[in-house]
Amino acid sequence: MSIRPERQAPPEIFYNDREARKYTSSSRIVKIQEKLSERALELLALPDDGVARLLLDIGCGSGLSGETLSENGHQWIGMDISESMLEVAVERETEGDLMLSDIGQGLPFRPGTLDGAISISAVQWLCNADKTCNHPRLRLKAFFGTLYKCLARGARAVLQIYPENAAQLEMISSAAMKSGFSGGLVVDYPHSTRAKKYFLVLSCGPPSTSTALPKGKEGDEMMTDSDESGSDGEGGDDTTVNVSERQRPAKKQRRGNSKTSVKGRSWIIKKKEQRRHRGYANVPEDSKYTGRKRKTHF
Amino acid sequence: MRLLTHNMLACNIKGVTKGFPLAIEVTKLETKESEMNPDFLRHIYPKLDWKALHDAAHTLGLNDIPEQVEPAMLEDEDFLQKFHHALLEVHLEEGALICPETNRRFPVTKGVPNMLLNEDEV
Ligand SMILES: C[S@@+](CC[C@H](N)C(=O)[O-])C[C@H]1O[C@@H](n2cnc3c(N)ncnc32)[C@H](O)[C@@H]1O
Repeated sequence: MSIRPERQAPPEIFYNDREARKYTSSSRIVKIQEKLSERALELLALPDDGVARLLLDIGCGSGLSGETLSENGHQWIGMDISESMLEVAVERETEGDLMLSDIGQGLPFRPGTLDGAISISAVQWLCNADKTCNHPRLRLKAFFGTLYKCLARGARAVLQIYPENAAQLEMISSAAMKSGFSGGLVVDYPHSTRAKKYFLVLSCGPPSTSTALPKGKEGDEMMTDSDESGSDGEGGDDTTVNVSERQRPAKKQRRGNSKTSVKGRSWIIKKKEQRRHRGYANVPEDSKYTGRKRKTHF
Repeated sequence: MRLLTHNMLACNIKGVTKGFPLAIEVTKLETKESEMNPDFLRHIYPKLDWKALHDAAHTLGLNDIPEQVEPAMLEDEDFLQKFHHALLEVHLEEGALICPETNRRFPVTKGVPNMLLNEDEV
């Protein structure tokens, strides 16, 4: 059993340059984060009117989760505490705006401005007292209190978390409820130790029929594409990519491509095509602007 | 960082009551063209603080954002194009954001504002 990253170092130290590159160049991690983000967006239950929304990606890292938001046509703002992760996001030219920020210090936004928030594999980091000045309960309170305020009334936040144990899960959910959120936990694949996933689905404002909790997914498979299973030499590996300090055989590393490649026009068009194929509404039309290079002025 | 984000950002240093709008110090701007989405513009319009957008656009050298907007203008293609450009196409790449109450400077590098607070600001 490997040691949880959360137990190794504070996030801004753990997600250093090396870890940030490793994270984003692993096709296994990319795929898992994409699945989790798609599910979070689904649980966000935005109005089905085809209108793009302004969303927050909490602990956006290198932009994998935000990419799912862009692919569905939304605008987003990503916050992360790790400069190295954000550096990779900048290189990958993610479409959202990024900011270096510690969510445990509260979110620096005007009240009622955001249409929703997602967070993929990040919020459990707040449970760590990794510095003497860090009090998990105070940091959770600052986080949920300001998240509640900056969301528009009726908006949702969907937080996929990897709690270390039941006590942590309880600490996170009760902090959310104390801040005024209604909602609760959705557990996908509850009977599978490897695929089980926790989504805290929170609504701003009083509970109503429209805020009723959706059901978790049943079965025991999260990964429907089987081409990844066992490919990293770990057999029936679990899908918890947060525990990323495991050794992966060198042959899996991408060759001749030490940097994360920048997305090109054809890559974007292909990605969009995939989305349309999978029946996503909201995939932007291809146009002359698709994947176009930036211009500098001044 | 685009003016869309700037319009939502507020300084959250402990004790600050008027942390919006952050003043902008421009060192370098970049324009990245993107497709206009009129529905999004109409959706986000009521959430924007228009004066802050107007003033920020001015600081960035975008002088064709009017001080006052009538909802009817949201049907005007020409206006929407300018609105789209100011809100979503011009990026502050290097510079700083400055808290209006405390003058605390939040540097912006490679388009990313550093909003981390010091221990005594939390
Ligand atoms: C497992 S990564 C997930 C990144 C991204 N959401 C994705 O799906 O690829 C967790 C991220 O949370 C960030 N994080 C942890 N604690 C944080 C904090 N207090 N404030 C902001 N970000 C934090 C880390 O820096 C890291 O980038």
